[in-house]
Amino acid sequence: MNDGRKDIIQVIIILVAFIFLIKLFSIQVLDNKYAELADSNAILKQIDYPVRGLIYDRNGKLLVYNTPEYDIQIIANEVKRLDSAEFCKVFRLTPEELKTKFKELKLKKEYSPVKPTTFLTQLSNDDFARIQDRIIDFPGFYIQPRSTRSYTTSAFANGLGYVSEISKSQLEKDITGTYKQGDYIGQSGIEAYYEKYLSGKRGVRFKMRDVDGLDKGSFKNGDLDTVSVPGQNLMTTIDLDLQLYGEFLMQGKSGSIVAIEPATGEILAFVSGPSYDPNLLTGKNYSKNFQFISSDTAKPLFSRPLMAQYRPGSIFKIAQAMVALQEGVITPDTRIVCNRSIINCHGSHRNEDLRGAITHSCNPYFHNVLRRMLNKGKANDPFTDTRIGLDEWSNHIRSFGFGKPLGIDLPNEKSGLVPNPAFYDKAYRGRAWKFSNIYSIAIGEGENLVVPIQMANFAATIANRGYYYTPHLVKSIGNTGKPLPEYLQKHFTTIDSIYFNVAVDAMQSVVEGGTAQYRAKLSDIIVCGKTGTVENNPPLFDHSVFIAFAPRDNPKIAISVYVEDAGQGGRAAASIASLMIEKYLIGETKRKHIEDYVLRGIFN
Amino acid sequence: MDWVTVLLYIVLVTFGWLNIYASVYDENVSHSIFDLTLSSGRQLMFIAAGIIIITAILIIDMRFYDTFAYIIYGVILFLLLLVPFIGKEVGGNKAWIGIGSFGGQPSEFAKFATALAVAKFVGTIGFRMDNLRNQMILFAMIGIPMVLILAQKDTGTALVFTSFMVVFYREGMSPFLILVGIGCAIIFILALLVENNIYLYAIIGIVWLALIVFSKKRKFKRIALLTIGAIALIAMLQSVDYVVENVLKPHQQNRIKALINPDADPLGYGWNVTQSKIAIGSGGFIGKGFLNGTQTKFDFVPEQSTDFIFCTIGEEHGFIGSLITIALWVTLLLRIVFIAERQKNRFTRVFAYATASILFFHFAVNIGMTVGLFPVIGIPLPFFSYGGSSLWGFTVLLFILLKLDAHRGEVLQRI
Repeated sequence: MNDGRKDIIQVIIILVAFIFLIKLFSIQVLDNKYAELADSNAILKQIDYPVRGLIYDRNGKLLVYNTPEYDIQIIANEVKRLDSAEFCKVFRLTPEELKTKFKELKLKKEYSPVKPTTFLTQLSNDDFARIQDRIIDFPGFYIQPRSTRSYTTSAFANGLGYVSEISKSQLEKDITGTYKQGDYIGQSGIEAYYEKYLSGKRGVRFKMRDVDGLDKGSFKNGDLDTVSVPGQNLMTTIDLDLQLYGEFLMQGKSGSIVAIEPATGEILAFVSGPSYDPNLLTGKNYSKNFQFISSDTAKPLFSRPLMAQYRPGSIFKIAQAMVALQEGVITPDTRIVCNRSIINCHGSHRNEDLRGAITHSCNPYFHNVLRRMLNKGKANDPFTDTRIGLDEWSNHIRSFGFGKPLGIDLPNEKSGLVPNPAFYDKAYRGRAWKFSNIYSIAIGEGENLVVPIQMANFAATIANRGYYYTPHLVKSIGNTGKPLPEYLQKHFTTIDSIYFNVAVDAMQSVVEGGTAQYRAKLSDIIVCGKTGTVENNPPLFDHSVFIAFAPRDNPKIAISVYVEDAGQGGRAAASIASLMIEKYLIGETKRKHIEDYVLRGIFN
Repeated sequence: MDWVTVLLYIVLVTFGWLNIYASVYDENVSHSIFDLTLSSGRQLMFIAAGIIIITAILIIDMRFYDTFAYIIYGVILFLLLLVPFIGKEVGGNKAWIGIGSFGGQPSEFAKFATALAVAKFVGTIGFRMDNLRNQMILFAMIGIPMVLILAQKDTGTALVFTSFMVVFYREGMSPFLILVGIGCAIIFILALLVENNIYLYAIIGIVWLALIVFSKKRKFKRIALLTIGAIALIAMLQSVDYVVENVLKPHQQNRIKALINPDADPLGYGWNVTQSKIAIGSGGFIGKGFLNGTQTKFDFVPEQSTDFIFCTIGEEHGFIGSLITIALWVTLLLRIVFIAERQKNRFTRVFAYATASILFFHFAVNIGMTVGLFPVIGIPLPFFSYGGSSLWGFTVLLFILLKLDAHRGEVLQRI
């Protein structure tokens, strides 16, 4: 009778074993969750932060360096009997602040009670000295050193950019998974553009730890560990003395100075006015200061040399002249009567040749030149004829680097605007247009837009008699001694170099006997320049523009100066440009009165 | 001598010993497996002592166990009685007695002693299982050590004695009682799992109605019985919450809650189960390799050398290791059932079934809890878990059986 029972007992034993095997198969083989949980239990990933690369000026003067800073991390499970009053005292927090810190902690995405999570950030060296000896009184809290940027001077803030905590959207864009929340990243300027060189390579150490968080040695004998590689140092093209002088001259003004070494495309000075002190955007007070600086109506964060798009004004006449010579619609000897009925002019000239027209910045002359350019009679109706001419014209103008981003090694470069037929079709919404509709582009007004860096590059192109190297701010990455390869390529304009000599001669006359003769002339050096006075909405003064290079032969510096609301180009801009040239080529200014005139800032 | 069982015993004990070493292994401090400051070194001493015990068991005349069954049972009960007064508290349970550093847990030895006594009683000539008085005596025999062990707060070991129900079942007791017991357990768990008792009441109502409508003979007695049953069930469901909240101790409540939803508080009461599953689950198919487990070695799993020793197997030897371990266990249990069934003597057969039942209970509950199928009930995995008393208790149980089995031909002469 009981024989069946023995079978039942055996079946139950086997059944239980099967249930176990199914369960084991599901958690060991089918489900990977447990393996990951085990790793996060026992393996601590320690990031070894590399030192960020330093930044120097072209003469090896230090611009940006690192100072140590400390984060306090917490492993919540290890916190035992926290004496919050004492904690507040040591860390200089109010009890309310401490409470919010704990609340914020729990809300953090990466928060885990068994893993280190950042609790307080950016404690200074002084804080560290105070806290260092006391930290052992607060089990579960750890000091994590990291470094922050410091700046030797307040110069070149817009070019250098700043470094701050990575934003949510940047994290989402980082598909390589290099960065994680709380990491620091270059946000603008050189810091952002050269991020991958400056940041170096992080090292990772996998450490094992037991349930109490005690170190149990390296994981797999450290086979998976990587050593951190420090970031590469950068040598910029900036001449710190010249940069500082430029910023000194620009104080209280809005605008920009860009100086370029024509032979290399290296930017010697990159001044944006107004600027800010880069030391404000570093360390603990970053967010407070950022709020303050970014809400300033003078827009100190706006990098004018790169992002401000202005009408170029009369400096554009040089380009017009060369395009016209190249197209053969005029010769250097072509004389045109200064007919002021269509377009206004200034000064007492009447019937100039090309050189005289540039020297006196004659508006009717260039109005006429542009008409010859755009209406060459290639088509019978004036509309098609203008269209053909404008297309040729805009191609020539673009070859100087206008109308497109030059490709400088900074983010957010603006392109400016060189109108072409397609542009006017769109602007006139299909209605017909011809020369008489668009002639203001002849004198650099109208639809033309350029950015200051393009103006300086234009000056450098004339200085080189027909070619340029893309302007750039970094001349050497790490120990290579070389900039990025794209900055070693010459770009030629569509204008033959013989025509540049005409422009150079004319620009010499501008300084020696034309619109810039009072303030831009130097006694020992032949300076070539061109003024521009860009129309502004009254009652504001016009914008003052000047481009120049010097010396005339074998030029060492090309420069553009743009001063907003400062009147004639021959005043503010020409003065600043000549002072910069003097400073760079001679090392000091011999014309104290010009410097005082600039610093006084009253140009009318 | 049944060499298959002996071989299985040797394999299990050896594998267990290696796993104890793995669970306490520390790379930074290179202790050898024989080091007496480690559990593995001490376990080897226990194994050596076990060999002496085995030798003694095999030398002693087989009739000793039959003859002295009640006396051994009595002595152990007496020791159990003494424990609350002279016992030392080790790990929350007051179960350990000894002189100096020499001693053990009487509760571990109560298992084989009770098995002997039950075997002797059932083996009496003319014993009938369907006799109510006999049943009462048997329940008392397992009930007394249970109560005494419960007094030591060692619920796990006390529960082991319920495994004798299998023996009684095999020897002819009606399965009704066992079924009622299992039914109660299922209802108890259902009541905890299902938030709203209304659904359960509805199910009971439907079953009750169906049984009445579809039964062929609608006698009043049957209807009355069914109705009483249904009411009893509902009353039981109602009382479950009360029992959980008021009768069970907080740590016992938590263990049941952890079983139902270990993720509710993985760092609190769900810790043991969660960490145990992580350790086993992270082993993968082939495991991390001997001494390469991180979870057990670094103490993420509590009591990893005793009650949670299976975690080390699962983590370091993976599914393959778990499969082999379970296969070894099933082989051993079926072998014991086989041995039991070849006995001509009822005493030996009952003792064999008691051995199989006790080992099966430990195997099922211990592995069940480590993989999260059972509440955390602290009982060891026989032959694997670290501990002298536990190892010796099971060794004595198994080798008395082997000794009796070796003489199965001679038994007839005595009768």
